[in-house]
Amino acid sequence: MMEIEQSYIKIYKDFAQLIKENSAEVMNRGRDKAFERFEQLGFPTRKSEDYKYTDIRGRYAIDFGMNLRRVSFPINPYSVFKCDVPGINSHLFFVVNDSFYHDPQGDNTCKEIEELTRQGVLIGSLKEHAEKYPEIVEAYYEKAADTENDGSVAFNAAFAQDGFFLYVPKNVKVEKPIQLINVMRADSDTLANSRNLIILEEGAQAKFLVCAHTMDTCKFLCNRVTEVFVGRNASFEQYKLENTSNNMTNIGTLYVEQAADSNVLVNEITLHNGITRNNIRVNLNGEQAETTLCGMAIGDKEEHIDNTTVINHNVPKCHSTELYKYVLNDKATGVFAGRILVKKDAQKTEAYQSNKNLCATKDAHIYSKPQLEIYADDVKCSHGATTGQIDENALFYMRSRGISEREGRMLLMLAFTNDVVEKISVEALKSRIHLLVEKRFRGELSKCAGCVICKE
Amino acid sequence: MLEIKNLHANINGKEILKGINLTVKPGEVHAIMGPNGSGKSTLSSVLSGNPAFTVTEGEVTFYGKNLLELSPEDRSREGVFMSFQYPVEIPGVSMVNFMRTAVNEHRKYKGLDPMSASDFLKLMREKKELVELDNKLANRSVNEGFSGGEKKRNEIFQMAMLEPRLSILDETDSGLDIDALRIVANGVNKLKSKDNASIVITHYQRLLDYIVPDFVHVLYKGRIVKSAGKELALELEEKGYDWIKKELGE
Repeated sequence: MMEIEQSYIKIYKDFAQLIKENSAEVMNRGRDKAFERFEQLGFPTRKSEDYKYTDIRGRYAIDFGMNLRRVSFPINPYSVFKCDVPGINSHLFFVVNDSFYHDPQGDNTCKEIEELTRQGVLIGSLKEHAEKYPEIVEAYYEKAADTENDGSVAFNAAFAQDGFFLYVPKNVKVEKPIQLINVMRADSDTLANSRNLIILEEGAQAKFLVCAHTMDTCKFLCNRVTEVFVGRNASFEQYKLENTSNNMTNIGTLYVEQAADSNVLVNEITLHNGITRNNIRVNLNGEQAETTLCGMAIGDKEEHIDNTTVINHNVPKCHSTELYKYVLNDKATGVFAGRILVKKDAQKTEAYQSNKNLCATKDAHIYSKPQLEIYADDVKCSHGATTGQIDENALFYMRSRGISEREGRMLLMLAFTNDVVEKISVEALKSRIHLLVEKRFRGELSKCAGCVICKE
Repeated sequence: MLEIKNLHANINGKEILKGINLTVKPGEVHAIMGPNGSGKSTLSSVLSGNPAFTVTEGEVTFYGKNLLELSPEDRSREGVFMSFQYPVEIPGVSMVNFMRTAVNEHRKYKGLDPMSASDFLKLMREKKELVELDNKLANRSVNEGFSGGEKKRNEIFQMAMLEPRLSILDETDSGLDIDALRIVANGVNKLKSKDNASIVITHYQRLLDYIVPDFVHVLYKGRIVKSAGKELALELEEKGYDWIKKELGE
């Protein structure tokens, strides 16, 4: 039963020391325990309700290379991904495979960091900051992640050596969006575990844009865990865009802990991928906290996108909204499992969930599983899931005005996904995504080098 | 310009049109009246190319071209326009985007370059006045939240934008109050020219007070059973359709 896990278990046992030498002490503290947990749990299987429709375990069966010695790669992503879109004036950073990238010229990374450091912001490699500021990192690292119950997360806690770190001190508002490009670049099949930690203190504000790209055609598996702590009255927006390849397995787990009066918006858009599993768990820990989770997936061929979310209303008067839309073609499959738990004393909770899907072909499938568990009695909660095809009457109406069938279908699919894209507050990014989605529907979106956010 | 010869059509295996013959020349207004179920909407659906209907016999030529062989979008680009009885709502597709795509596809078909954004907006503003459609229209999705009257006026607005050679008005008057009716009819009349023609499908004579027909045809059980001038409409108003049925010996 545990054959797939055996090779990874052996790697850990043989190389635990090497792994620890190439990471920070704060990150190493829980490593052995996480590994033991992984040994017990294994990777999530289809037998578990949460992974019924997504075979993650099977994807780990490939003989992946893992970069435990932290060998750096001979490419400078800053030269490949030149960001020249007017208006998306962002602070740009890279995680190549599983490490934060330091520009050897000291040019790009340092200039941007200087600007932010002046405000007290800490930004960069998680490993380095865990070494330099252990008191800050240890207060938060592994405090949200569910290493105890999720095999993928335990695996990550055992093996992840680096990733992205952001700390925004009290009342500091980071004006420009922070952009992180996770790029996979290798000559052979590679697995990357990376860990991100984001801390926003009271009153802080930040916007975070993450893009996932692959630069090669070998098989990649990314297992990324992000913990986000949003302090009282703080505001955090995260936009995630995936434009990778059919050979990619992208597992992303996001844990969000929200204090009172805080505001969080997460919008995950998948344009091209192989298998994607986005896990999100939000804990609303203080009153008047607000959270909005959105996502949109456009799948064709045999692409598979799974968005599994959990929102815990732990206290009264919080507000959550979910909007997920899928457009599936060919034999693509989608999963939406949204669980909302309203605790017994979480009165005056408002929780709204909506999942709308468009299956354009007979073989495209969506598995939609809304779950509302409500234990309080003074709440407003709703959920809705609809799945349909293109409205043929609307299509005929358009054709009767001279619009070709192809163009008509495209306009209808664009109209369908429109409102998810509208939930982006950074104007320049919103326009750019509108354009990318249109290109995606027209089949004009290239999958190769360059961040589509920044250039064609 | 339009020649319909012995047109038979069915839907779900049931034959609705049982041999329609009709000739429409430029500059003419033809009214088609008839009781419910006679096939009026089927005729307009078949002419516009609705895939739900199957033509089993007969031919339709439009300026010499076989209309039945053309896709719905090509029929539109050739100059056929249908104003729907129940215009559908298309949330998420803005009126501006919709019309601009339609206008530019028409232009492409004719070998013209697409219209510039500013020229297009100017055109929209101009044509809106014809049917007194106000500015909030531009940012709204197609027909979304429009009242019945606004939807019908929007149909005529689109007709004004596309300048068809043949317009088929399918029960344009249904659900309209007197004022809306007057605005719609006014719009249709302003667009009338010696080079275009209209087929006005209606139940009631009232619309024909405003859009005066040159010919009135009565469609009954899938066939045109009587054709005459505009006085026929008045006679029908007085005597009802029973009179026609009696004439046919029923």
